[in-house]
Amino acid sequence: MFSGYSLPELGAIFAMQGFAGLILFSVFVLMALGLAIIFGQMGVINMAHGEFMILGAYVTYLVSNAFAAYMPALFGAYFFVAMVLAFCASGFLGMAVEWAIIRHLYKRPLDTLLATWGLSLILQQAFRSLFGAREVGVTIPEWMMGSLPVTDLIEIPINGIFVMVLALGISAAVYVMMYKSGWGRQVRAVTQNRVMAGAVGIDTERTDRMTFGIGCGVAGVAGAAFTMIGSTGPTSGQAYIVDTFLVVVFGGAASLLGTIASAFSISQAQSILEFFLSGSMAKVITLLVVVGILMLRPQGLFAMKLRK
Amino acid sequence: MQVGILHSISGTMSISETGSVQAEKLAIEQINAQGGVLGRKIETIQEDGASDWPTFAEKARKLLVNDKVASVMGCWTSASRKAVLPVFEQHNGMLYYPTFYEGLEESPNVIYTGQEATQQIIAGLDWVAREKGAKSFYLLGSDYIWPRTSNKIARKHIEDKLGGEVVGEEYYPLGHTQFNSVINKIRLRKPDVIYAIVVGGSNVAFYKQLKAAGIDMTEEAPLLLTISVTEDEIRGIGGENIEGAYACMKYFQSLENENNQEFVAAFKEMWGDDMVIGDVTQAAYLGPWLWKAAVEKAGSFDVDKVREASPGIELASAPEGYVKIHENHHLWSKTRVGHALADGQYEVVFETDDLVEPDPFPEGYQ
Repeated sequence: MFSGYSLPELGAIFAMQGFAGLILFSVFVLMALGLAIIFGQMGVINMAHGEFMILGAYVTYLVSNAFAAYMPALFGAYFFVAMVLAFCASGFLGMAVEWAIIRHLYKRPLDTLLATWGLSLILQQAFRSLFGAREVGVTIPEWMMGSLPVTDLIEIPINGIFVMVLALGISAAVYVMMYKSGWGRQVRAVTQNRVMAGAVGIDTERTDRMTFGIGCGVAGVAGAAFTMIGSTGPTSGQAYIVDTFLVVVFGGAASLLGTIASAFSISQAQSILEFFLSGSMAKVITLLVVVGILMLRPQGLFAMKLRK
Repeated sequence: MQVGILHSISGTMSISETGSVQAEKLAIEQINAQGGVLGRKIETIQEDGASDWPTFAEKARKLLVNDKVASVMGCWTSASRKAVLPVFEQHNGMLYYPTFYEGLEESPNVIYTGQEATQQIIAGLDWVAREKGAKSFYLLGSDYIWPRTSNKIARKHIEDKLGGEVVGEEYYPLGHTQFNSVINKIRLRKPDVIYAIVVGGSNVAFYKQLKAAGIDMTEEAPLLLTISVTEDEIRGIGGENIEGAYACMKYFQSLENENNQEFVAAFKEMWGDDMVIGDVTQAAYLGPWLWKAAVEKAGSFDVDKVREASPGIELASAPEGYVKIHENHHLWSKTRVGHALADGQYEVVFETDDLVEPDPFPEGYQ
């Protein structure tokens, strides 16, 4: 397969392929972080995660249209405004959903699966009614769509770098919030023992609502970022949901580090396999390996040590 | 007299099928404005297939058995057509199916108003080999029957007839959103042509990532030829992300003829100025007109008589230009190549001189 290529050419291809793997890794991290908070920390199986992402994407669409109409001079910068608004929109919707549905189901985690699946259908139809059944085209600022020529042969997509920086930034922010702040300590306390946490004076309801809201908000930011690489339509969120759960479950539900490690291993495996095999085969093999490992290690890659 | 419309207006396929519903309603409204068929007004009964194949079969049965419609305009994916086919054959209904598809089917109960695979593939490949000197091709598609069958025909034609070379062929699951690896592979193989049959949301991801990776399609190195991106899909992709690509279709919104100008104007008047019309939407528009012509030729709404009258039916008023129904229930139609512009429209750069004969079971290509 590599005969007839010079060494620099091969080097360039492998460098770009390595970078493709890193982009996929960043995409997985962005998809999974919100769910890692909601599923990992709260134990809520949120099947509407993809729809919260797409809400962020639609917010980006609306903001881009608003900028194009009223502030064309600032169009290049609209994306940052869009990400903040996407976080707010998905976050507030998340808090409302928590208040209306989820808080009644903390003792019945499996029922959250059905409730949020229903919610995902409702949201899809709401998007369809509001924005139409067709996909909408989100115009990305010109400076984000090009590529950086590193050498003659190596070109790095700018939006890939953007997604990577964003994934790193959000991971760091989530880490600090969960493990270095008083709020994070409260979240973990509530997750581990709700009654006890309440007894020592933590407002558990407020903590739950904030946690769910932030998880959904992070999903919204991810959705905003994905307008650069994917489609924005009522059912686009479905494309992400399987991969997202795969990453979180494989990593070990309660561990943020596990989520990142699992995103890294799945993305690298898939990206390397895709290069040597066809896309469908790469997916099949990746899934088989993940299933195999989960059979041997049902708690996922990283799990808290518990006495059983 | 009642005619059924059976498409998905909810679920994932509603993205694609909405345009077909709009075109069929427009055609029926125009037919009624001209006095109907055999002096009778046409009423439509619309059912929602909901992007779910068993639902399509159930709704088809409802239309044929309960409502006793004279014919049905409907279906979009091959899977939905395969699901309703036994129902139409059992209850002797007539289906007008608008989508370009993989061929390998010929039912007495279906009129196929879109192209079968050879009509869409061969003339386009001939053109790119002749005009652009293309020798090497990279075939790429979503992983299901239509792209796979189409690429099989394309590969045979490239290798046997054009003397070219296929340097890669691969498929990605429906809904796949990460194409960086395949883009790297394409760079490595340096084909003259990327032959892309990616569908649905994956389309958007593929073209955005292609552009972000620095492959400028306006430079035509490599050139991109697709048979799956109509003006409808470009709305989601964004014209600036696909500018310079070529598409092989039978119809483009920009076609310059009187029929088409009237059709586009009427469509926009009925459904809004921001509407775009793709290949399948136009094919869906033909359905009611072909049915009307067949009924009038037969002098009856009876399905058997309409079927008998159908082969040879001509439609000079079609937006794509003159078409005619073949013995095998597909349409004789021209094949055209369009060049994608930044505004989301295609500029027609080539059309076949003659109508291309439909050949759903192409010998030597299977």
